[in-house]
Amino acid sequence: MHSRRKGSEWLQQIVFTGPGQLFFFVIVLVPFLLGFYYSFTDWNGLDLDKANWTGLSNIQKIMTDDKLWASLWFTIRFAVVTVITVNVLAFLLAVLLVQPLKTRKALRTVFFMPNVIGGILLGFIWQFIFTKGFNTVGELTNIPFFQLPWLGTDTTAFWGIVIVFVWQTAGYMMVIYIAALAGLPKDLLEAARIDGAGYWDLLKSVMIPLIMPAITICLFLTISNAFKTFDLNLSLTKGGPGTSTQSLAYNIYAEALNNNRYGLGTAKAMLFFFCVSLITITQVWITKRKEVEA
Amino acid sequence: MERALEKYTGKLFIFEIISIILGLMFLAPFYFVLVNSVKTLGEILTDAASLPAIFHWGNYSKVWDIINFPKILFNSFQITVISVIGIVLISSMTAYRLVRRPTIYNKILFNVFIASMIIPFQSVMLQLVRVTSILELRGNLFGIVSCYLGFGLALSVFLFHGFIKTVPMEIEEAAVVDGCTPFGVFFRIVFPLLRPIMVTVTMLNCLWIWNDYLLPVLVIGSNKELLTIPLAITKFFGQYTKQWDMALAGLAIGVTPIIVFFLFLQKYIVEGITAGSIKG
Repeated sequence: MHSRRKGSEWLQQIVFTGPGQLFFFVIVLVPFLLGFYYSFTDWNGLDLDKANWTGLSNIQKIMTDDKLWASLWFTIRFAVVTVITVNVLAFLLAVLLVQPLKTRKALRTVFFMPNVIGGILLGFIWQFIFTKGFNTVGELTNIPFFQLPWLGTDTTAFWGIVIVFVWQTAGYMMVIYIAALAGLPKDLLEAARIDGAGYWDLLKSVMIPLIMPAITICLFLTISNAFKTFDLNLSLTKGGPGTSTQSLAYNIYAEALNNNRYGLGTAKAMLFFFCVSLITITQVWITKRKEVEA
Repeated sequence: MERALEKYTGKLFIFEIISIILGLMFLAPFYFVLVNSVKTLGEILTDAASLPAIFHWGNYSKVWDIINFPKILFNSFQITVISVIGIVLISSMTAYRLVRRPTIYNKILFNVFIASMIIPFQSVMLQLVRVTSILELRGNLFGIVSCYLGFGLALSVFLFHGFIKTVPMEIEEAAVVDGCTPFGVFFRIVFPLLRPIMVTVTMLNCLWIWNDYLLPVLVIGSNKELLTIPLAITKFFGQYTKQWDMALAGLAIGVTPIIVFFLFLQKYIVEGITAGSIKG
């Protein structure tokens, strides 16, 4: 009897968690752990046997790889700019669209829409806007903004990708902020207003502290998405002009698939993993501490 | 009091105008694509802003054939649907077991799932190429679906885990007393109760898998039979970079399915995202 129960427990464990573990281990965990090994080899991507252990030589190459540091610098600048812009814009849109506006349903749909289209196609759409659309608008209106050589110079290409990223992501964060704002206790806001709090005070002292969980999650999502941007760089600028808009993720991809240096690519990828985890964990830790109970 | 606050004031009217203007700015890129996709190339190059003089629907029919739209639509659909059904089924079962039998092993397993969510795809992709080729998962439907199962599990297990914790055990115990097997309890009692979080898991995974580019590039690779919409459009775009009339019609066709999907199911998509982010 006892062993039959034990057997049934085993059977249940295997039936319920077996498939999940199998796919997770084979597709995510094993490749991830292999990365630690390949980082120290000269793997060319073809066969495992030809991956010679090269010790720390990949790390040395990384240290002197100016392109990689340039991509890191691009990624950091990009993350800082987009995280601020996306969240400020998303929050403003949310504040506007929790008001009882007649068009708010339609507008929520509009702001969210870019999000359902993948980054690859969005990049192509904007490639057209930047190279042809903006030109025409510039000619018609004479506004200098539209007459810039978008995607043609390092600076404008950077801002071009920023614009598309913000356009794509703001609506998603808006949805989260709207949910948070709509969930605020009405009596508390009312009480603060009766006590004579202006909108700014209300925002600073009541609303923002109370929606801190939403801010935590939105910052987390924007930071990690900004750090992992790949699709936009690929379809909008191919990392150019030159390599000025090469994100870290793109740099890893290019190193391995264009140069066939998988060992070096893996080393970069592991470094990338440490960067992303360090930054996102720190951010979540900091903002979590600022969360309060209603 | 509440009513009085909701009155449509002048201030609200100004907010409305500001919001509408912002909304139109957000829509402008779609306007450019749609308007120019029915022009001739010459017309696009001279004026990309105005409405077309004559509608050239021919762009669309040409592109439809070149990219073999029905085929790639079917491929994307097939990969997404099979993967999402698999993810929902497998991750809900895993999460159920992890909640109901919190052994040390299962606790560790759950934490490994959670921790894996910070791994960026780029950190596994090169080794994944290797692993999938050893296991002969490359270039076939089972292979690409397996990859989506692997990468989709962690978040989905996490979401189901949070939800199942709130499901009362009493119903399950009653079912066992009535003679239900452990698997019967899950599939007949628990599984139907998971509907709200299932919507979330389905929506989040649908959007991600449908739009994914890099994983199919690496795993489907050169197998033309399995080309998904993002892959096909990218290839097409590469060939027609300067032929904007064709390229734009291609883009318009490429984004239409997901926009239609979104417009029909937006309530669920937004609910899914909200629930997903609050749980997270």
